[in-house]
Order: sequence, then C-alpha cells, then structure tokens
Amino acid sequence: MISGWEQLAPLILTVITASTPLLFAAAGELVTERSGVLNLGVEGLMVVGALAAFAGTHATGSAILGVMFGALAGVVLAFVFAVLTLTLLANQVATGLALTIFGLGLTALLGKGYVGVTVGNLPQLNIPGLTDLPFIGPILFGQDAMVYLSFAAVIGISWVLSRTRIGLVLRAVGASHDSAHALGYPVIRIRYLATMFGGALGGIAGSYLSLVYTPMWAENLTAGRGWIALALVVFSTWRPWRLLLGAYLFGAITVIQLHAQGLGVAVPSEFLSMTPYLATILVLVVISRDKLKIKLNAPACLGTGFRPTQ
Amino acid sequence: MKHLNLKALAAAVIGAAVLGGSAQAADPLGVGFVYVGPIGDHGYTYRHDVGRVAVEKHFGDKVKVSYVENVAEGPDAERVIAQLAQAGNKIIFTTSFGFMNPTIKVAKRFPDVKFEHATGYKRADNVATYSARFYEGRYVIGAIAGKMTKSNVIGYVGAYPIPEVVRGINAYALGARSVNPDVKVKVVWVNSWYDPGKEADAAKALIDQGVDILAQHTDSPAPLQVAEQRGIYGFGQASDNYHFAPKSTLTSIIDNWDGYYIDRVQAVMDGTWKSTDVWGGLKPKMVEMAKFTNMSDDVKALAEKVEAGIISGEIHPFAGPIKDQSGALKVKEGEELDDGALLGMDWYVEGVEGKLPK
Repeated sequence: MISGWEQLAPLILTVITASTPLLFAAAGELVTERSGVLNLGVEGLMVVGALAAFAGTHATGSAILGVMFGALAGVVLAFVFAVLTLTLLANQVATGLALTIFGLGLTALLGKGYVGVTVGNLPQLNIPGLTDLPFIGPILFGQDAMVYLSFAAVIGISWVLSRTRIGLVLRAVGASHDSAHALGYPVIRIRYLATMFGGALGGIAGSYLSLVYTPMWAENLTAGRGWIALALVVFSTWRPWRLLLGAYLFGAITVIQLHAQGLGVAVPSEFLSMTPYLATILVLVVISRDKLKIKLNAPACLGTGFRPTQ
Repeated sequence: MKHLNLKALAAAVIGAAVLGGSAQAADPLGVGFVYVGPIGDHGYTYRHDVGRVAVEKHFGDKVKVSYVENVAEGPDAERVIAQLAQAGNKIIFTTSFGFMNPTIKVAKRFPDVKFEHATGYKRADNVATYSARFYEGRYVIGAIAGKMTKSNVIGYVGAYPIPEVVRGINAYALGARSVNPDVKVKVVWVNSWYDPGKEADAAKALIDQGVDILAQHTDSPAPLQVAEQRGIYGFGQASDNYHFAPKSTLTSIIDNWDGYYIDRVQAVMDGTWKSTDVWGGLKPKMVEMAKFTNMSDDVKALAEKVEAGIISGEIHPFAGPIKDQSGALKVKEGEELDDGALLGMDWYVEGVEGKLPK
C-alpha cells in the first residue's frame, strides 16, 4: 500500500494538471473583464482551441505549432465576439452565451474526423539533478511547458496590469470608459485587443486539454470548464494572484473528491462538484454587500456597451 | 356509357389497389436508434452504431434507418423517441438504461411501433428489453488482472452506481479473487457515462493510490490513455481500444449487437416480433473479448481457459460461495445467482473497497 505521504506528490501533480487549463482560461477572461467586456463565451473559446490544437498537432506533428493554432482559433472566435458586441453593440451576455453554444456545435461538426485519432505527448521539462530531487523535484521542475507558461502568464498579467502604463489604461477603460474616452484613449480598440487576448489564452487552455490532459479529441471535451473559469474570475475579485490561488483550489476540489472516493470516504461527488460555484456565490455576496465594496472590486463598466458620445 | 364507365372504374380501383398493395410491400421499414452518447466515443455508443451499420448493410434498401446521438437521459429522451415514432419508424432501439421510463411512456402512445430498450428491465406488449452479459467479460478480465497484479490492488472507473455497473465490478472482483485471493478492488465513480477529463482524473486518482491494473465502465478511452502514460496495464471497454494504448491494453470487452439487431428487424418484417428479454453473453457472441495482448503466455492461457469455461457453462461468474463486504454468505456453494438477483444487484462482494453510494 502506498503511504499517505507518498501519495501527496502524485496528488499535487494531478492537481496541477487539472488546474492549468482553468488558470489559462480565467487569466485571459480576467484581462477581458478588466477592460470592461464580459465575455461569457469562454467555454466556446476553449473548445475551438482544443480542436484547432489537436488538428494542428496531428497535421504538423509539432505540439508547439498545435498550441499556436489553438491560440489562433481562440483569437478568431473572440474577434467575432468583439465585432458583435463592441462595434455592433449587441448585448454582451447573450452574445457570449451564443458564442459558447456556437463553439460547441461547430467543433462537434468539424471534429468528427478526428475522433479516435492519437497524437504524441508534449515535451516535459527534465533538468538532470533538479528534477530528480525527491518530492519537490517533479513538482517544481518536471512539469510540461504549458504549466510554466501558465505561471508566466499570471505573473506577466499581474505585472502589466499593476505596473505599466498599458495596464493602467486598460483598467481605466474598464473602470470608466467615458473618462478614458474623454482623455483620448481608443476605448474600442483597447477592448478589442483585450478580448482577443482573452481569446488567445482561452484557446491555449483548450489546447492543453486536447494535447496534455486527455490527448484525444471528443465532442464537448471541455465539459463545462469554461464556466468554472468564469466563476473563477469573479471568485478572484479580478486580481491575478487570487486567480492563481482560486484555480488551484478549484482544481484540487475536483481531484480530491475522486481521491477521497478511492480512499473510501463517502462524500457525495455531486456535492463536491457544486463547491466551486458555491464558493463563487459566496464571494459575490460578500463583495456586493455595499456600494463601496463593489466599486473597489469589480470593473465598474463590466458588461456595459460603450457608445462614444463625441 | 354508364356500363363502360363502371367497368373502367372497377378496373381502375382494382388496379390502384394492386399498385397500392405492391407499393406498400416495397416501402422500406423505418428503423430508429437513440444513442446516449456520441458515436465517436469509441466505446458503448460506437458499438451500437456498428450494429446499425450492420442492419443497413444486411437489409439494404428494405430498411430506412435513422439515428439520433447525444440524447440526454431525461425529458429530452421522451421527445426524441416520440419524434422517431411519429416519423414512421416501426422499430426503435433505445440504447441506454436511462431511456427506460421515456421508452415505456412513448410506447403507450404508439402501440403499433415496436421498442427495444437496452440494459433495462421494464417491458410492455410492444417493448422488449435486451442486454449483454458484460459481466462474463468482466470475470475474464478480472482473472487476468488477478494474475498480473503486483500490488494486489486493481482499479475500476465506474459511471453510475446502478446494478449493471455494480454487477460488472463484482464480476471483476470475483474473477480476480478466483486466481488471487488477496486482491483488492478500488472503485471511483465519475457520475457520467462519458466525460474524458473526469475519467482521466479518476484513473489518475486510482493509480496514485496503488492500482496497477485498471478497468472501466465509462465510455471514453481516457482511462486507458492515462494507464499507458503511467506505465500500467488496462482493459478497453465496449470496443477494441488497443490503438489508444498499444503498450497497456491487455484486452477489451467488445459489445456485439449486430446479430441481435438483424434478428429483431427481421422479426418485425416477418410479423413474428414479440416482446422478449434477451440477455446474451460470450456464448451467443453478444460479448466478445478482443485479442489478448501485452501479456505472458501463461496469463493468456488462463484467460482463454476462463473464456472457454464461461462459454461451455463450466464456469459461472456468480457461482457460490460468494460473501458480501460484511462477510455474510450471499450465495451458497453449489448455487448460482439467478438473473433476477443479478439484475437488482446493489451490494459489493468481498474484496471491493469502499461503500456503495446509494
């Protein structure tokens, strides 16, 4: 029998794998929402990324190119969303939902030829010496490239948002688009770029699913992870570091409930599946309690269309 | 004038009747299939679809086959089944346990359409049930697992805790313990027939807890892929999943519905269709074992022996003595569990770990 301590390292590895797609998708959505655009189509972005990455890897033989295809697919779909909501001023919530349904249906149709196809694995990091360290070796130094990329993305986003001019402008657009417009910033263009960035990361999240997590294509491979990513952005109150914490928390919940079953603990699995959403509702209640809290946390212009008056 | 008209009319009427009659005979028989998952699951639904293709091939243009995939078990199912019945299909196969109540309901509304419900237990004058004795295949893979395991912990990725799945787990455990009395079976429930991500997570959870041979009752090849990644062995489910995991796959349990489907469609055509309950296993080839791979010759010999034993009737997977988890004797030596007890199975045999969720 494997001891409890020995079980911990593989458990952490599994949690990391489960959390990485959530982290990517949520990080992209965080940037999008900080600019004031509410894109509910994250699930659609992830699933087109998954299919594009799988198809790309299958066609080119290179996982890296596959991931780039995945990102590109996410960008394209996000661009469609941006045109509809930023230029044509369609309702963002409805369009986002439509994007999800569209993405799921389109990929189911286009992906029919890829079912049952296999591709190789993404390269894993292997620093001789460091990776072999007991316990922390595989966890810190033995991951595949995407995990490190996800950390880099969060660090990068956090730094850009809080320490650079671009980040400041983006936040301004999300906090008060009229003021930003009055100052002369191109609100619509910034939102386009933020939305497309969100699409790219969403696509990368999907590519992780179809290339690393379960290296296969199947309809609805994302199985609702896009919704969890959306909940995650709210749970993190739009702060990148809290996003990291939340992603790993949500990933851990999913994995731990399966482990608990194996150990004979009888918590109903449905209860544990609810937990990410319950946690999000709790956070929403707390931050909505008074107007000040709302102002301090959510981007004030989230989801409202921008009509330049002059 | 009138006389001539009457004769012409009579001739026309008779002619029309003859023509109409022959047109009736040439009308293709409508056959409908309702699938719970995508055909691309490469598992359970895929094999039903292979059966559908066999029907089309066998009957050619004497049948007109339609199918609907990804039908969720629940109110949607009732709508889809009713639609197929309304569209003129005369025999409809509903291929998942959860379609049971919708099928019975729709069958009441369409008494001259025949319904065939897979893996269920409710019948009516126009509703038959059919299933395959998958548990026979599970006993064989259990025996293989029992012989090959080094950690004495083998794993099972389960979908829903319904009798059919519990039966499979028990057969797996019994098969394993028949060659290795120290083996333990760990079960993780995914609460879905098909969710590759969750199935992969469940497989990882089991492997992290010491499992070195993995079986599943879920419909995607994800657990087998994880097994290959982690360097352990596994079994494919419902269809031959060897090409997903060429180094890990020991064998797969293959569902083979072709013969049954062709027989039933023929029965409707001949007018001899009756509501029956067919439950065939290895012997009538409704369940088949895929090629035995990645195992040593003596394990292969054991597997073939067990398979042959079940086919000949020498080995019955649920023959006594069988104890349940608490140690109580459920089946006495020399007795076998009958079909009724098998269909309602809601307890684990000795050797399976964990509590069965109700």
